Amino acid sequence: MKPSSNTPAVACKAVTRVYGEGETAVQALRGIDLDIQSCELMMLVGPSGCGKTTLISIIAGILDKTDGACRVFGDDLAAMSAAERTLWRRENVGFVFQAFNLMPALTAVENVAIPLLINGVPRSQALERAGEMLARVGLDNRRHSLPSQLSGGQQQRVAIGRALVHAPRLVVCDEPTSALDHETGHQVMDVLRAVAAVDDRALVVVTHDARIFNFADRIARMDDGRITDITANAAAREAVPA
Amino acid sequence: MNSIALKMLMGDKLKYFGLVAGIAFATMLILQQSSILVGFARQTGAFIRDTAQADLWIMDPQVRFSQDQVPVRGTTIQLARGVPGVDWALPLYQGFLRGKMPDGTRFTMILVGLDDATLMGAPPVIADGTLADLRRDKAVFIQADKPEKKLMMKRGGNRPLAIGDRFSANDQEAVVAGTYRGRESFFWEPVVYTTYSRALQYAPPERNSLAFILVKVKPGHDLQTVKAALEDRTGLAVRTNEEFIKLTADYILNTTGILVNFGLAVALGVLIGSLVAGQTFYNFTLDNLRHYGALKAMGVSNSQLMGMVLLQAGTVAVLGYGVGVGLGSMMGWIVASQGLAFSMPWYVPAFAFTAIISVCALAAWLSLRQVFKLEPAVVFKA
Repeated sequence: MKPSSNTPAVACKAVTRVYGEGETAVQALRGIDLDIQSCELMMLVGPSGCGKTTLISIIAGILDKTDGACRVFGDDLAAMSAAERTLWRRENVGFVFQAFNLMPALTAVENVAIPLLINGVPRSQALERAGEMLARVGLDNRRHSLPSQLSGGQQQRVAIGRALVHAPRLVVCDEPTSALDHETGHQVMDVLRAVAAVDDRALVVVTHDARIFNFADRIARMDDGRITDITANAAAREAVPA
Repeated sequence: MNSIALKMLMGDKLKYFGLVAGIAFATMLILQQSSILVGFARQTGAFIRDTAQADLWIMDPQVRFSQDQVPVRGTTIQLARGVPGVDWALPLYQGFLRGKMPDGTRFTMILVGLDDATLMGAPPVIADGTLADLRRDKAVFIQADKPEKKLMMKRGGNRPLAIGDRFSANDQEAVVAGTYRGRESFFWEPVVYTTYSRALQYAPPERNSLAFILVKVKPGHDLQTVKAALEDRTGLAVRTNEEFIKLTADYILNTTGILVNFGLAVALGVLIGSLVAGQTFYNFTLDNLRHYGALKAMGVSNSQLMGMVLLQAGTVAVLGYGVGVGLGSMMGWIVASQGLAFSMPWYVPAFAFTAIISVCALAAWLSLRQVFKLEPAVVFKA
């Protein structure tokens, strides 16, 4: 982890989230305090249903918190309108999904170009920059392949390219290796680590794949809507050997 | 974003062709049912269109359709001729008569008697012979189109009536002197043409025998003004060709139930077409909901998503409509060549286009509701 400024990229204080109302209400987050620094790769780990995905959804601005405060790069997402938040996400957030979520009808380079097109970059420029990004994730020779013609690892690398092509300041990854075998998972994390965790960018990775814990700068363990423990890289490596 | 929308639409070839085919089928269904209804409506006016040399028809106000028999007094012609702006006014006989062919086959005909001097009101195309042959002794003209259907001698030679054949018209001899080609008519009785005076000889004696007076308006005179003056002078109903066609079509379609039955068929066509087209497009959107969710998460606004869905809906609507019109026209050509009722004037495809666009807009709107309701956080669900 590089040295960073005092202002964290993500600052969550007493964040709660309740789904539903009354007797059927489910408390997904019960007061989360979490800071994530720029250039940091933070992993959120814990059992299913512990609130990891809810937390990154709030950090990424695609879900409202119920209470507490959450600032991302100093911006209070709760104070923004839905339209403002959409614009904010468009510029500041890159997503890597567990199921890749690539458009099956688009080629690899077209998939990577999507965030640029959303940001209004002309198509030809977008495709050129997307091609460069594909080269950075090691898929220069698969530019015109459809997702169905790519392996799982290659698809996830395309997804990483798509998450980074517009140079967002925050990248959120949901179980990026759970659909991949051990070796491919490590290759994907290598790429993510090398390409994403640079340029003052913050990375949040949700996972329960213990094999990739050693890629983290810090690991926040969650259980029942709370963060129970935050350990730094060295401790994480000791706890879970690669 | 438009390129992404179109690639999403056309990426899965099977779904894409399914969508276009669904809308093409819906279009064809709407076109076919509507065109048959219009075809029937048009066929009811075939006789009037075949007699279109005149501008106006004078008739008894009780006449409900072109084959209705409510004769007027013969002296009315003189009254009509005295109205300013009338170029000519001529009698036209029309009545149902019983006939018997040489082999004994009996039939009912619609006998039309044309003014002896001018033969005005004759069918537009004479197939065999010349119109002047009608002036020969006992001469009549029969329809050349599909004689095997209307004037077939079933008991003897099993052949249609031909030039030179003699048959009985109300127990009086008639000789086939020529044939004509007329429009396909809704009425199934054969139409036999002769002169006005001979028609009166054939027809049973009545106090009044004049079915219609055909009127031509002088050039430079206003049709409506002359029409009003004729109504005023004769005290009878005066109708333009189009008004008479509409009167006939309205009467036939309403009294026979054709309008209700085919109206229901058209409505059914629209409904089934809507369900097919709407459901197919709606399913397409639902299939892509996850991708829309991903786009939403990545910062695509609802208005951009709306643009994408509308572009997809518009594209399949226009393509499907085009294919449907092509198939519908081809089917219509085949059906019409068999002499069946099928007519596709401009307003039928326009109606189908409106229906299809409405259906696709409805399907797009229903789909958009799902897209708008979609929480972008759905993308984190495996």
